[in-house]
Amino acid sequence: MSSVRLLVGTKKGAFILTSDGTRQKWRVDGPHFAGWEIYHLKGSPKDPNRIFCSQSSGWFGQVIQRSSDGGKTWETPGTTGGLPKSPEGFPMGESNKFVYDTSPTTGKPLTTHQWYDGTQHPWEFKRVWHLEPSLHDPDTVYAGVEDAALFKSTNGGATWSEVSALRAAKGEKWSPGAGGLCLHTILLDPKDPNRITIAISAAGAFRSDDGGKTFKPINKGLRNDYLPDPRPEIGFCVHDIVLHPSKPATLFMQLHQGGGAYRSDNHGDTWTEVKGNLPTDFGFPIDVHAHEPNTVFVAPLDPMLRTPIEGKLKIWRSKTGGNEWEPLTKGLPQENCFVGILRDAMAVDSLPDCGIYFGTTGGQVYCSPNGGDTWQCIVHDLPHVLSVEVQTLAS
Amino acid sequence: MIHVQLPIHLRVLANIPSQKIELPVDPPITINRILDALESQYPTLKGTIRDHDTLKRRPMIRFYACNEDLSHDSPDTPLPEKVATGAEPLYVIGAIAGG
Repeated sequence: MSSVRLLVGTKKGAFILTSDGTRQKWRVDGPHFAGWEIYHLKGSPKDPNRIFCSQSSGWFGQVIQRSSDGGKTWETPGTTGGLPKSPEGFPMGESNKFVYDTSPTTGKPLTTHQWYDGTQHPWEFKRVWHLEPSLHDPDTVYAGVEDAALFKSTNGGATWSEVSALRAAKGEKWSPGAGGLCLHTILLDPKDPNRITIAISAAGAFRSDDGGKTFKPINKGLRNDYLPDPRPEIGFCVHDIVLHPSKPATLFMQLHQGGGAYRSDNHGDTWTEVKGNLPTDFGFPIDVHAHEPNTVFVAPLDPMLRTPIEGKLKIWRSKTGGNEWEPLTKGLPQENCFVGILRDAMAVDSLPDCGIYFGTTGGQVYCSPNGGDTWQCIVHDLPHVLSVEVQTLAS
Repeated sequence: MIHVQLPIHLRVLANIPSQKIELPVDPPITINRILDALESQYPTLKGTIRDHDTLKRRPMIRFYACNEDLSHDSPDTPLPEKVATGAEPLYVIGAIAGG
């Protein structure tokens, strides 16, 4: 029988929630890395027991953790019994090393980027926001970091190198969102291994069609309601982008207002607003049904409070690829609910009835085992949830 | 042997059960040489106390020894004799922040 494993990153550690395919009874395991901020965990599609985890702290910096047994045990890759080693034979501890590549041969000059007040600001590595394991190789994984850059490891996270061509896509014009200048979305095209789409707050969306050798901005059609120029080439606070594996040319985006929900049918070359009857254009996550490429889920929030509108928690679903949306409320609190839902805190499983999950800043993790029709709270009182990923397992 | 004390989070990270860490370090005994030895023995600590690339102290880390704040001294300055002899530890402390 199938089962599911939720990987939940919180402000105070990682939690692993497991259930059989009915998704009625859950086991909660954690906290792993107690006391550390866990921005994101994600398993390899090729080897589900291999899970990568971003552990960070304002005091102690960035640590990459890796599990080879589905999250039961963890190691910092390359520091035990592995590669690489110093001339004295000591492990090098390179798995935590994220250094912008400025070498004349493989890198790009480290310019400055735009700061909140329009001045230029030096580039500084702060943390890994998102880890995206390769679709084909369990040793290859991408990392989206703050200040925005894309890194890649081809040895299971033991060492990292920057995909520096991205910063050459006018990095000096990028400016941070309220959460920082973060690269938070990495989409790997299942039909074209050379196509990588990423998103940065508040620079916008970018795409490479040549495996990361070059990137270009893909923000045509998006709108900014809070800048003097509403349609710049760069300068969009993209909150999240998703694609369906069977139809990777179609992308759905949640933008920071300016229409909010967008759709592209040409890999992001142009975008069309599909907000339709959504109650606001603000929200963070957007996700797509595992088996219905035109069924999309968003979590609209009050743009001022960034909490559910009127304290009523609703996920909205479109079965038409946008424009026509319906609120989903059965099992969700419909009064006095003032939690947030962050961009990486929604996920879908691939069981036949498509389970949907999201975590809140109040520490709840909700599950709908039936495509959003009804919801149940798996766990009430975790720390502030930063991310939710789900793995659908064969047994 | 040089004695070092680390914040609990770093001891958990590096799987160090003892509060007091003993390290062999050749003189001259400086913060940088102690941290070199510490990171060699516990490589997962690389980047957590000082920047991985520049080796500068992370902003919210402080160094104390013999009741003195050494955070702003050059990390290549010889440390007090009591640290060099192992009589006193070098304290690596997470700066107090919050409220």
